[in-house]
Amino acid sequence: MPKEFKRGKLAPLPSNVLIPERDLDKSPILECRRLGIDFGGLRAVDDLDLTIGRTEIAGLIGPNGAGKTTVFNLLTKVYNPTRGSILLDGTDTAGKTTVQVNRMGIARTFQNIRLFHNQSVLDNVLIGLHNSMTCSLASSILRLPSYWKNEKIARERAMEYLSLFGLESHANELAGSLPYGAQRRLEIARALATNPSLLLLDEPAAGMNPSETAELMENIVRIRDTFQIAVLLIEHDMNLVMGICEGICVLNFGKVIAKGSPEQIRENPAVIEAYLGRKGVAEA
Amino acid sequence: MGFLGFLISGISLGSIYAIIALGYTMVYGIAKMLNFAHGDVIMVGAYICFFAVSKYHLPPLVGVLAAMAVCTALGIVIEKLAYKPLRQATSLAVLITAIGVSYFLQNAALLLWTSSPKVFSNPFIRQTVNEAGKKIKITGFQLFDGQLRISYVTVVTIVVCLVIMAALVLFTGKTKMGKAMRACSEDKGAAQLMGINVDTTISVTFAIGSGLAAIAGVLLCSAYPTLVPTTGSMPGIKAFTAAVFGGIGSIPGALLGGLLLGIIEIMAKAYISTQMSDAVVFLVLILVLLVKPAGLLGKKVREKV
Amino acid sequence: MMNRNKNFGRNLLTFAVVIAAYAILQPMVLAGSVSATLKGMLVPICAYVAMALSLNLTVGVLGELSLGHAGFMSVGAFAGATTAIALQQAVASAPLRLAIALAVAAVFAALVGFLIGIPVLRLNGDYLAIVTLAFGEIIKSIFNNLYLGLDDRGFHVSLLEDRTGLAEEGRMIIAGPMGIGNIPKIASFTGGFILILLCLAVIFNLVNSRQGRAVMAIRDNRIAAESVGIPVTKYKMMAFVISAAMAGAAGALFSLNYSTVVANKFDFNTSILILVFVVFGGLGNMLGSVIAAAALTILPEALRSFSNYRMLIYAIVLILVMLATNNPTLKMLIGRTIPKRKGAAESA
Repeated sequence: MPKEFKRGKLAPLPSNVLIPERDLDKSPILECRRLGIDFGGLRAVDDLDLTIGRTEIAGLIGPNGAGKTTVFNLLTKVYNPTRGSILLDGTDTAGKTTVQVNRMGIARTFQNIRLFHNQSVLDNVLIGLHNSMTCSLASSILRLPSYWKNEKIARERAMEYLSLFGLESHANELAGSLPYGAQRRLEIARALATNPSLLLLDEPAAGMNPSETAELMENIVRIRDTFQIAVLLIEHDMNLVMGICEGICVLNFGKVIAKGSPEQIRENPAVIEAYLGRKGVAEA
Repeated sequence: MGFLGFLISGISLGSIYAIIALGYTMVYGIAKMLNFAHGDVIMVGAYICFFAVSKYHLPPLVGVLAAMAVCTALGIVIEKLAYKPLRQATSLAVLITAIGVSYFLQNAALLLWTSSPKVFSNPFIRQTVNEAGKKIKITGFQLFDGQLRISYVTVVTIVVCLVIMAALVLFTGKTKMGKAMRACSEDKGAAQLMGINVDTTISVTFAIGSGLAAIAGVLLCSAYPTLVPTTGSMPGIKAFTAAVFGGIGSIPGALLGGLLLGIIEIMAKAYISTQMSDAVVFLVLILVLLVKPAGLLGKKVREKV
Repeated sequence: MMNRNKNFGRNLLTFAVVIAAYAILQPMVLAGSVSATLKGMLVPICAYVAMALSLNLTVGVLGELSLGHAGFMSVGAFAGATTAIALQQAVASAPLRLAIALAVAAVFAALVGFLIGIPVLRLNGDYLAIVTLAFGEIIKSIFNNLYLGLDDRGFHVSLLEDRTGLAEEGRMIIAGPMGIGNIPKIASFTGGFILILLCLAVIFNLVNSRQGRAVMAIRDNRIAAESVGIPVTKYKMMAFVISAAMAGAAGALFSLNYSTVVANKFDFNTSILILVFVVFGGLGNMLGSVIAAAALTILPEALRSFSNYRMLIYAIVLILVMLATNNPTLKMLIGRTIPKRKGAAESA
């Protein structure tokens, strides 16, 4: 584990809250209360309480099929929860759409990368900047001065986002032609361009080699520090999770089985059992 | 009695729509594509039967079987040549291709058989001798002292439709191939992993749908005897409407949607306006898709994110 | 970073081709050195080119198939012809009257596009396509049964049968299945040329703007577009309405070139013909649409013997183009025989 990722010790927290020390004086950015969704008879997510601090990096882990991506889909309103509430910055997101939730400050990436493959890398980020631009349809079609001004600023900003991820030299390539790791980075850049206060990353390190993963970890921390935002990530790479997450929530069969700091999670018997099975626990 | 008469013609027309809708609904359920050319397969079936009966003087039943054989083969060939290479393509590309196939069939028919209408001879008649000793053709029977006339075609159409429905429900429920079809419509990848040959299953689906289209073509032209190369396109589109109405992918849905649409069309013709009846039918499609996009008996499918 | 958009060269070429065609043909028309057949076809060609551009906006840029595009053309044709007839006395200048008729037609078609779009654009893919087809047929049915008359008391409308009750000196404008007769033939090649330039400018400027990128984002990945805060229905509607407006103007240009126009001219076959132009020219490729629409309108006239086989060949072309551009194996084969252009990414 790279040394710079060893963070300061976490303050003792109530067992069900994952707010790092520096966020304690502020209200949390995200609060889920008893969140749940059913698919037919299946309780995909049940009774989920999750609180994330303003500048926290939190991890959502659990075995395959535990309902992690479903939590992301609930937070971004791809699915509407059957039960419970989601408060973003103190505002209930009930009845909001995916688009509205994004404008309220949640941006995400996808497990199976969803880029605009046939458009350039730069255009992908420009699309992320859509709501930051203001020129009207008329000024776009008539090429009024506001169009040129908007385009100029947006392109400069898009290049800045790309350079955060070392993609500036690929700006004019097709997004679909990028290597896998670069596509994942571009997806984060695009999400970041929507100016979120909470960034959801769905398996950001999947398919990356160890050096790419190390770079990604560095990037996630830097993004948090630069933009002062919260990050919630789903990841199977335990080095990454234990390395940068300040709080971790473990899901199994849609239910929370453990919450706490990396150290607490690492030693939690329920977590070890969920990952290794009963036999594994006995052997361990 | 007017209303009852309209209702019976509506059910009869609806039965034909239901048989055509089966082809759409099965293909849509399994291949997830709108086979735009399905209506034109109907037209081909009707032409084959027409030529078999009028030109080669074969018995009508042989004509129907010949039509079924040709259409089944045609369905498989279309699938293999035009649709199979596009399994991974976008639905836009597949739909445009299907429209191309539809136009190909129509224009090939136009060149082969010209645009002059063929008058389809109704095979469902009875010949008797009247009091004056002349041979006459009886096309139907009368009820309630002649107030209600029902033609034999109507009865045959309804019976054939019900038999086909029952057979298909049994086929998909009980046979191995039927189960394979249902598996493919749920999840092609998983079906393949279970050892189901997806390509064969899709081919069989096209074969069944096209064979049924031939029957529908013969029934359609027995009831409405003018046969031209574009005969199939409008009933085809309406039958797709029926399939959507009933819930795409559902066999009972095709029956229900077909019957309702047939009745709506005949009632619109009778009580609103002949010229506007098509508009009414399409308005039904639009309303259904807005109010209940999954159709009456369909299941809502979630897009995986 | 240059501020010029990445398609600049290609767009410029498209304009150049259109302007060159006009610059060559117009003096020939004025000098009378163009055959009567070709001269008669210039305006329909312009109308078809504008239709192809309009449909390419829906299919190529928005990524949804409209099978009822002839319906918008029909709305434009009827609205434009009605306007031209109604303004016959009020506006003396024919070019001005043409411009007004085209503008009115565009507005009407845009309005119809908006109304149709409300239900249609909630759907996706095949369902959207079939519902546009349904609307195309409904529009045709309505115009086939619409009666519109004008007298000094104003416009009179009735549906299904003539109940307009016109005054003696009144004029029947739309006569149900007979359509509109005695249309002033004010459409001109120059008018069509300007319409094409306008369509091109609107499409190119849209594509390289915030709004156009949003539209293409929805086409490429609807879920991702929503996740970055792009309201899907709004931008689908925007593209659809612009496309409908263009089709309306094209329809008006078309109808003002003939003395009569009937609703059955704008049926499903016309929608498919336009689709053939778009597919043949390449989805999203505006230059391709211009050339395909022009060439495929002239060719059947030039080669009379070919006209019997025209639709058959179009059908085969439609299938082959789709197979060649969408089948991975065929794509690779083609890629091997034709060396890939350098910098394909920039021009895509």
